[in-house]
Amino acid sequence: MSTASARLHEQFDTSRQQLKASKLGMWTFLATEVLLFGALFCVYSYYRFAFPQGFALGSKHTDVVLGTIETAVLLTSSLTMALAIRAIRLAQRRAAVMLLLITAAFGLSFLGIHAGEYVHEWREHLFPGHRFNDSLRAVNGTEMFFTLYYVMTGLHALHVTIGFCVLLVLAVLTWRGRYSPTYFTPVELGGLYWHLVDIVWIFLFPLFYLVSRT
Amino acid sequence: MSNPSVRTLRLYLLVWLALMMLVALTVASAYVKLGSFNLVASLLISAAKTALVMTLYMELRREHGTVIVFAITGFCWLALMIAPTVADIATR
Repeated sequence: MSTASARLHEQFDTSRQQLKASKLGMWTFLATEVLLFGALFCVYSYYRFAFPQGFALGSKHTDVVLGTIETAVLLTSSLTMALAIRAIRLAQRRAAVMLLLITAAFGLSFLGIHAGEYVHEWREHLFPGHRFNDSLRAVNGTEMFFTLYYVMTGLHALHVTIGFCVLLVLAVLTWRGRYSPTYFTPVELGGLYWHLVDIVWIFLFPLFYLVSRT
Repeated sequence: MSNPSVRTLRLYLLVWLALMMLVALTVASAYVKLGSFNLVASLLISAAKTALVMTLYMELRREHGTVIVFAITGFCWLALMIAPTVADIATR
């Protein structure tokens, strides 16, 4: 209880009210994140309808196996994130730290797999520009497909990187006993961010890896 | 530790299992010839995954009305942005 009252800012009457305000603020931020990626999803929608063949062909050059593994990794990391918060609620500090670190490790392995994909694609001449694969360039829209692929997955990877850093900080603070079953707002907010980054990937995966597989 | 606000481990694992099955369904559906319905199917499955993550992992089900409205509003603006864009190019 002492941690809860000690962290109550003066503009709030109760820690409950403070928590409500924090969550509302976080969801407002997440709405801006939805629109940040949303603008890119809008551009994607436009070009996908403008160049259906180019998008179908481009998508065939992405690695569907790695994409599926990445999806599973991120969704599993959402599970461990939710379990970390559950552990804090149950005052299981060590378990919470472990789960936060496991979540961060999943995030890092996602980034590792993705970096491997980028390297492979660079070697296959799939990066737009003068080195771009000539047979793909012959079809309208393939370069646009790959431009959007790098911009959107790159921006997403940046978010995973930020989330990874946040998780490490939260793990250290949890380890030091900063949070208790009565006060763990930063962990909850960090968790919301991590889940949102996961949701963005849930949509990126079918839109880039599964355009035309039949 | 009988904290009533804590959900059971079972629930979290069941949600995860459902998410994994939906991933398998996403990939499998992409290899079935459905024409333009392939896109619709994958987006519907993605929406189902998002609903699971938002309601249970992000605890939206327990949130106050204001928070739920804020959470949904972002997606509404997004729909407002994408729907006319697609309607324009799809009907040219």
